[in-house]
Amino acid sequence: MGSLEKSVHSTGHHGPATGITRWLYTTNHKDIGTLYLFFSLTMFFIGGCMALTIRAELFQPGLQLVRPEFFNQMTTSHGLIMVFGAVMPAFVGLANWLIPMMIGAPDMALPRMNNWSFWILPFAFTMMLSTLLMEGGGPNFGWTFYAPLSTTYAPPSVTFFIFAVHMMGISSIMGAINVIATILNMRTPGMKLMDMPLFVWTWLITAFLLIAVMPVLAGVVTMMLMDIHFGTSFFDAAGGGDPVLFQHVFWFFGHPEVYIMILPAFGVVSEIIPTFARKRLFGYTSMVYATASIAILSFIVWAHHMFAVGMPLAGELFFMFTTMLIAVPTGVKVFNWVATMYRGSMTFETPMLFALAFVVLFTIGGFSGLMLAIAPADFQYHDTYFVVAHFHYVLVPGSIFALMAATYFWLPKWTGHMYNESMAKLHFWLSFIGVNITFFPMHFLGLAGMPRRIPDYALQFADFNMVATFGAFLFGFSQLVFVYNIISCIRSGKQATDRVWEGSHGLEWTLPSPPPYHSFTEPPVFTHPYKENDRGV
Amino acid sequence: MSTQAYYVPAQSRWPIMASASLFLIAFGAGTLINALSADTGGGLGLTLLLAGALCMGLILTGWFGHVIDESRQGLYSDQMDRSFRWGMSWFIFSEVMFFSAFFGALFYVRNLSVPWLGGEGEKGVANMLWQGFEATWPLMKTPDMTAYPGPGGLIDPLHLPLVNTLLLLSSSVTVTFAHYRLKQDRRPQVILWLILTIALGSAFLVFQAVEYVEAYHELGLTLHAGIYGATFFILTGFHGMHVTLGTLMLVIILLRVIRGHFEPDHHFGFEAVSWYWHFVDVVWVGLFLFVYLL
Repeated sequence: MGSLEKSVHSTGHHGPATGITRWLYTTNHKDIGTLYLFFSLTMFFIGGCMALTIRAELFQPGLQLVRPEFFNQMTTSHGLIMVFGAVMPAFVGLANWLIPMMIGAPDMALPRMNNWSFWILPFAFTMMLSTLLMEGGGPNFGWTFYAPLSTTYAPPSVTFFIFAVHMMGISSIMGAINVIATILNMRTPGMKLMDMPLFVWTWLITAFLLIAVMPVLAGVVTMMLMDIHFGTSFFDAAGGGDPVLFQHVFWFFGHPEVYIMILPAFGVVSEIIPTFARKRLFGYTSMVYATASIAILSFIVWAHHMFAVGMPLAGELFFMFTTMLIAVPTGVKVFNWVATMYRGSMTFETPMLFALAFVVLFTIGGFSGLMLAIAPADFQYHDTYFVVAHFHYVLVPGSIFALMAATYFWLPKWTGHMYNESMAKLHFWLSFIGVNITFFPMHFLGLAGMPRRIPDYALQFADFNMVATFGAFLFGFSQLVFVYNIISCIRSGKQATDRVWEGSHGLEWTLPSPPPYHSFTEPPVFTHPYKENDRGV
Repeated sequence: MSTQAYYVPAQSRWPIMASASLFLIAFGAGTLINALSADTGGGLGLTLLLAGALCMGLILTGWFGHVIDESRQGLYSDQMDRSFRWGMSWFIFSEVMFFSAFFGALFYVRNLSVPWLGGEGEKGVANMLWQGFEATWPLMKTPDMTAYPGPGGLIDPLHLPLVNTLLLLSSSVTVTFAHYRLKQDRRPQVILWLILTIALGSAFLVFQAVEYVEAYHELGLTLHAGIYGATFFILTGFHGMHVTLGTLMLVIILLRVIRGHFEPDHHFGFEAVSWYWHFVDVVWVGLFLFVYLL
């Protein structure tokens, strides 16, 4: 084939194309990362408006703003959009931007497939959102779409919901394959697996979880489709099936899914805390093993979401104990973050503030999770606002605070400009206060017995609901400060240095700010950021 | 690890076009299925679906053609080759998990929920729903025979399914022979073994179709026949779709071999398809054991 061979062509010198085609046809990891991040920000606001609709309705007892059917569509769409449209794509966006820069690669391993993973999402969410306008309304069965609510009693638009989920699954699987191929194959010479930054490690494990469970989600929605339209009886006991089967298959996907949304957040926080404590990360190896343990355990805990459904006693006990086991590796991580800060030279720039809030508030969410893990106690908490409080504590001041921390932490690197620090601090404090005012009272509501997903409630719940709604609007509107700060940082601002932060470590900080279009044209020389340089500078 | 520069492709139109086609396919299929269920005819949905599928076919042909060209121009380093290998391996893992969902459902109904409905085991109280219902597997009498008339008969595992098992197992052997001959650069024999593999795969599909016709028309074993029919058709149906795709991939590989593509030490496209074929084969062994035989 000699005549066909050309010299391998250099990848360094083509810059971005101009106009809209740059974004439509791009194969560049930074462009695709940017697309993911803006997409998720948009979805965050759409999902946020739905959340505010829910909270506005719950401001007072009685029905005032929306009909109950529409309320159901709002809770369903809010959950689906925040999980699949906001949090997951945001972490994929970070992965795209950061993994090649952190491991010294020119780009992602499979750049065209990378573009495909992204561009499926706007189409999938167009379809998902269009269901709200269809006859019979959009999905109204809760984001967990339990059968038979989502089969026998579903509106016709459920068919489009199913296909939208299929498209999101395809996108996630391709994105995850790309991340794994990049991490396993594109590291700069000399960087061993145990030398990788923790953000890269957590994403490697997250990508494995995605590939393992997104197909299971595809399987369960396919069974729904068959039950609805092709006469099968997977979830209908009259034909020998079982509605509880739906819950088992769904949560076999669903539980690893919640770790898909938190493990990259662990990675972000593990990058930020050492930087602003000006110490290396405490217990790097144990962090890696803890992350892997959490991922493995996530496959054998799923039925703790179903304690109240009527499982055999042995099942209840098994899933209770395995769930509690997860507290061990999670505790290791929290301990390590705190130990990293111990006797560090701490400063409190905005990324650090968000990271610290993450550690404290995520831990609160973890503890309420432990309470829910106790099967007999869960019979009381099940389907109450206590559950809502729990998972919002791990998702909002957990995943989303980590995303905000990451945005402020790497924004100067991405744009070449410093963001406005006082505006960022304002955003932090408003968010921090808003989140706690919103979700903390929900613990009390839940323990007092207020059920979730109901547009009306008994009078004794009125005060806490009013407080929660006030907090939700405070949190929601303070995000406008965030957007304003991001946009002004992209357009102008103080020139950022290459290192940006005094304590920064890792290969991405050796590149200029902003980095060149293709990160590393040649593999960079690798020095251990965690292990040899004690102070990280 | 290689220090050779990594090939980063220039901008590409394929992915966004593929996304749009995927949307057409999904939206068309949704419209069609809803129209069929509501008995309102499926004109628009069918048109969208077919248009989407046609576009997707053209796009994938163009996209893969482009990749093949790049490969034959020698743009791909060994490192790129490894990326493809990781990509294909994890894709097959995702397929394994897809089938696991259905196997999991099968084991759950067989071992837990159907016995409970029949009054056995810890949740046997469920028998109060349909008193007198007896749990058997395969489930011939469903709890509610008017809603879901159980199957009248079953496929005999020792006839067509056994033949199909032998067909698929031998096709895994023949594709491996083709691979060995490719490594020795003996092309005529590669072509011969590949044709044989394709023939075995196609014969499998024909027999599977015969079996489906028999199940529907003579045995009353349908999608609607309760949980046995549901698990039977979803598992064998998705497997059959994978065999179809695998056969199509083998045909493309055959055409490429005839055109002189691949080298004895550089033929990942061939290997990827043969991995996929082995995967399809292994799934069938699971099916034969747990759906037909046991």
